[in-house]
Amino acid sequence: MPAISVRNLSKIYRVFRKREGLLASIRGLFHREYESIHAVDEIDFEVQRGEMVAFLGPNGAGKTTTLKLLSGLIFPTGGDATVLGHVPWKRENAYRRRFSLVMGQKNQLWWDLPAQESFRLHKEIYRIESDQFDRRIQELTELLEVEDLVGQPVRELSLGERMRMELIAALLHSPDLLLLDEPTIGLDVVSQRKVQQFLKYYQKERQITVLLTSHYMKDVEALCQRAIIINEGQIKHDGPLEEIVDRFSQHKVIEVQFAGADVPEDLERYGEVLETLPPRAKLRVPRQDVPTTLNALLDRFTIEDISVADRPLEEAMAELFTDSGKDSETRLP
Amino acid sequence: MLARARTNWVILKTCLEERFVYRADFAFATLVRFLPILTQVFLWGAIYAGATAQNASGETELNNYTYHEMIAYYLLAMLARAFSSMPGLASGIARDVRDGTVKKYLTQPIDMLGYLFWHRIAHKLVYYVIATGPFALVFFLCRNYFPRALDGPTFLALVLALMMGFLTGFLIEALIGLISFWFLEVSSLLFIYMMLNYFLSGHMIPLDWLGPIGAWVQFLPFKYLAYVPAAIVLGKPGYVLGGGLEQQLVIEATWISVLLVLNRIAFARGVRRYGAFGG
Repeated sequence: MPAISVRNLSKIYRVFRKREGLLASIRGLFHREYESIHAVDEIDFEVQRGEMVAFLGPNGAGKTTTLKLLSGLIFPTGGDATVLGHVPWKRENAYRRRFSLVMGQKNQLWWDLPAQESFRLHKEIYRIESDQFDRRIQELTELLEVEDLVGQPVRELSLGERMRMELIAALLHSPDLLLLDEPTIGLDVVSQRKVQQFLKYYQKERQITVLLTSHYMKDVEALCQRAIIINEGQIKHDGPLEEIVDRFSQHKVIEVQFAGADVPEDLERYGEVLETLPPRAKLRVPRQDVPTTLNALLDRFTIEDISVADRPLEEAMAELFTDSGKDSETRLP
Repeated sequence: MLARARTNWVILKTCLEERFVYRADFAFATLVRFLPILTQVFLWGAIYAGATAQNASGETELNNYTYHEMIAYYLLAMLARAFSSMPGLASGIARDVRDGTVKKYLTQPIDMLGYLFWHRIAHKLVYYVIATGPFALVFFLCRNYFPRALDGPTFLALVLALMMGFLTGFLIEALIGLISFWFLEVSSLLFIYMMLNYFLSGHMIPLDWLGPIGAWVQFLPFKYLAYVPAAIVLGKPGYVLGGGLEQQLVIEATWISVLLVLNRIAFARGVRRYGAFGG
């Protein structure tokens, strides 16, 4: 039985449409216009127990809305979802004791008190046995390297330290499912890496199910094998992470090292010049033109080294989302 | 049951600790709230000095209240308000709904109303620790204004009325806060409520001064927030044991039950339409 099973899940928000200007504001007092926003539009997917899945998409794509639906924070407009055998929006305590939702932009800890006070409160709320609680606090604070900070008021911690405390609070009750919404947002590189390493280790050790949204592709590449891409409320891709670049990137990058000290002047003929560092150059070439471009380059120039690479995941995603108006199927190679 | 009691105790303890973080500010705010009591005592002194109506014993009397009774009434109404006023409760709920903090009540196995209740108890306990001294001093200085010593049963009825006043005030303000699930911003509504409450609870003037309107106001729950405890101590008609007080307390308990049910309904419906906007 999958940990998460979603069928035709939809969430439509009815939002007030405010036109520009004072006159429109006054008119709005008497006649309000509303529009329906399809934040999530009949999506289907399944996540198996112990899987770590990335949920990707631009801002407003529906990622966070999906997480909110799966955590029972909001009610759907239509469709079904079963998470760990429960319907999330029924908000049964039996379900709420089995998952955690961590939102990088929201603070759950008591701001003015040391994190250990929040942890103690969680111990009671989640009914954690004392010896188990002590063991878990020790384990998690060690793993996240915050043993010396648990007695310090949360407001005095840095963003990275605070996020690590949030993770501890979220994991104290050993949830079977962890929903992470932008867990590394705003963190510096060192903190980001610490959080990534911790999540990777913890998920492997405990085999918990993790659903993660992030704009940092480094997070995604470091943690997940599978990615679900959502845009405009609909799923555009669901499969291995490495397939994303193959499927959505219409270009490849040819890196050439020419014989001699320079690069030829008319390289633009072969593709978009991304970078020149004589005698090396990088060209962005449409996928279908790669063989002919390679032949042409090898025919015309003396080349010491040549390689073809996929574009970084980040760029492939940017390309996909910039062109979101078109159906993704048309981009299939 | 035991586990729930322990959870509530830890919530209370954590809230108390939080309250003590800004103890200096809290103490200052509490003490400053005593200033209006003094000005009000002087104001009533000036009003009675200008009044000409006298009762049979030759004392100045306005609407059946002598000056001493009026000062006693005012101080008792203030005591009742110390239990029933809920500063920041409705606006706090509205803020939590607006900024998404309410999420913790929806995703964690805790009851929002219960949590807020214990939070408020902590708020009140810290308030009493700071305010008991000044309150005792004011009541001691004004001891001659109080007409009679209370017998045991009446004292118990007063304690019960104060406790139920706390519950009534809590549930009314929580209900206003929950309206934010529909309107997000409730500050204007809260302002209107505070204004009406000042008048309809008997905080401003005794409800028996309101004439025919007063008879209607008696049917509302607001009188339990200030007027009823004062009327019990002053032995006003309808508020003495064996003379209607028991019925008043039963009606108050009924109001509390109704308000509790309304809170539960508002929460259940509110979270259904909650959009959790903004990340």
